[in-house]
Amino acid sequence: MMVRNRSLTRRILTVDLPVLLILCFTLSPYLWMALTSVTEKSRLFTEGPSLAGATLENYGRLFRTVGFGRNLFDSFVVASGTMLVGLGLAVPAAYAFSRFRFRGRRLLMLQFLLINMFPLVLLILPLFILMRSLGLVDTYLALIIANSTVAIPFSVWMMTSYIDNIPRSLDEAAMTDGCTRFGALFRVVLPLCTPGIIATGVYIFITAWNEYLYALTLGGRSVKPITVAIQTLIGEYQIEWGLLTAGGIVGAMPATLLFLFVQKRLIAGMTQGAVKG
Amino acid sequence: MSALSAPPVPLSRRVLPYAMLSPAVLVTLAIVFLPMVQAVWMSLHDYVLFRPRVFDFVWFKNFQTALADPVFWVSLRQTVIWIAITVPAQMLLGLATALLLNQDFPWRGLARALVIIPWALPSVVIALMWVWIYDSNYGVLNDLLLRMNLITASIPWLANPDTALYAIILTLTWQGFPFFAVMILAGLQGIPKSYYEAAAIDGASSFRQFWHITLPGLAGVLMTATLLRIIWVANSIDVIFVMTGGGPGYSTYTLPLYAFVNARTGLDYGYGSALAVSFTLVLLGFVILYLRRAGRNIG
Repeated sequence: MMVRNRSLTRRILTVDLPVLLILCFTLSPYLWMALTSVTEKSRLFTEGPSLAGATLENYGRLFRTVGFGRNLFDSFVVASGTMLVGLGLAVPAAYAFSRFRFRGRRLLMLQFLLINMFPLVLLILPLFILMRSLGLVDTYLALIIANSTVAIPFSVWMMTSYIDNIPRSLDEAAMTDGCTRFGALFRVVLPLCTPGIIATGVYIFITAWNEYLYALTLGGRSVKPITVAIQTLIGEYQIEWGLLTAGGIVGAMPATLLFLFVQKRLIAGMTQGAVKG
Repeated sequence: MSALSAPPVPLSRRVLPYAMLSPAVLVTLAIVFLPMVQAVWMSLHDYVLFRPRVFDFVWFKNFQTALADPVFWVSLRQTVIWIAITVPAQMLLGLATALLLNQDFPWRGLARALVIIPWALPSVVIALMWVWIYDSNYGVLNDLLLRMNLITASIPWLANPDTALYAIILTLTWQGFPFFAVMILAGLQGIPKSYYEAAAIDGASSFRQFWHITLPGLAGVLMTATLLRIIWVANSIDVIFVMTGGGPGYSTYTLPLYAFVNARTGLDYGYGSALAVSFTLVLLGFVILYLRRAGRNIG
């Protein structure tokens, strides 16, 4: 009994407490933002953020006067569109990488990895010129295309690693039982990697939702994603921190919730490649 | 087996993988490679957006301008500082977090889920949240430090050229260390438990176990994650752009930020592209190292 108690104390001191400290570091900025967002405007600069007299006034103003609903909708369209493009192109490509051995396979795979490393700033300038000449600036399409430059290569790699994990023998068995290759793809491989597809889709959605520089450069008055809208809340003379932090909470909410929802599978897919390295 | 005795592969089967790949490849060619070539092409021209008729080929004039541009060198220096502090800080904090989260404690699952939250937040939100924390009048950081008597007067963290870059580095460390933690945690789970058991029987202390088993076992993951992070941290300009826009003065400029701001506010796309291309060349070494590592794993 003594020994168990001592080891419990030891664990609390060497594990629980340090973990708590790290969590404090990771979560307190976020919680501070949440606290600021519910503090009354008149109190914020006199007493600082506090829970006393908490109000949702800032959130109300966000939707009533700033028109955040519209921005949320824009972000949703862009993120969903990017997700559809990314998955639509990546799933067949990943299947080909995973199930076939063909000339140029390695080179093509590395090609997708390489474009994931291109600096955004190298692409954003020519993409702006391109969109301008096509008359696409300030449209959903422009932002979906821009976000796809990140989404496609990433999801090709992630989906390849998910499909690699489904034993080949399964689709081969289906094919010997009379399935065509496409039959095997749709009846065996795709259903089995649905969790992987969901995780990849969610990841694309989150990245596109959170994206800022493309949204700023290629968006405009009619398409203004949430990230740009939050930033424009910074007034010219005085920053309304209550409103701004409420915007931050609302803007971060969808991605955070989605992330917590799929995090286990997502992390498994993302770390696999790296762990093998 | 000789090639003759192998059954011939039907043409349809040989074409199929290419057919399945072509949409993704063609689209990336159109939206990534083509623009990239265009960026290189623009960098060799005089091209300012408000004078759209002028598009003169000037060879490497823009690059020569860059080499003679003091802001280019300041930005390059700060890019190096930016990477050299942020990435190791993220790695050490990530390593410590991973080692802790690999221990047995009742709320481990919860802790693992919560620790990654910064990673899922939009950069804009992260930037604004930290601007609020660093605020010189009402910011909580100054408030805390004043109360603990560590400073005697509020410090304008982001408005002071001496502290601004480091303040942003702290923010980026906060944002990025969970990535390391997650990667390293996955790596830790790949080290066989039997190694530790054997070492414990031989009487190795936990430090020696860490030094001789854990670290070598993690070498591959650490290397890959570090390369990925170097590339990612070097590229990430959104947090700086929102927090300071490069200021005060040029004190938080990094090379990609300089290229972006130059094109965005000066509309000088020729020079901006030249800066972006130069930055890409600087980064290329790390990209190649990473691609070589990743290439080895392609079966």
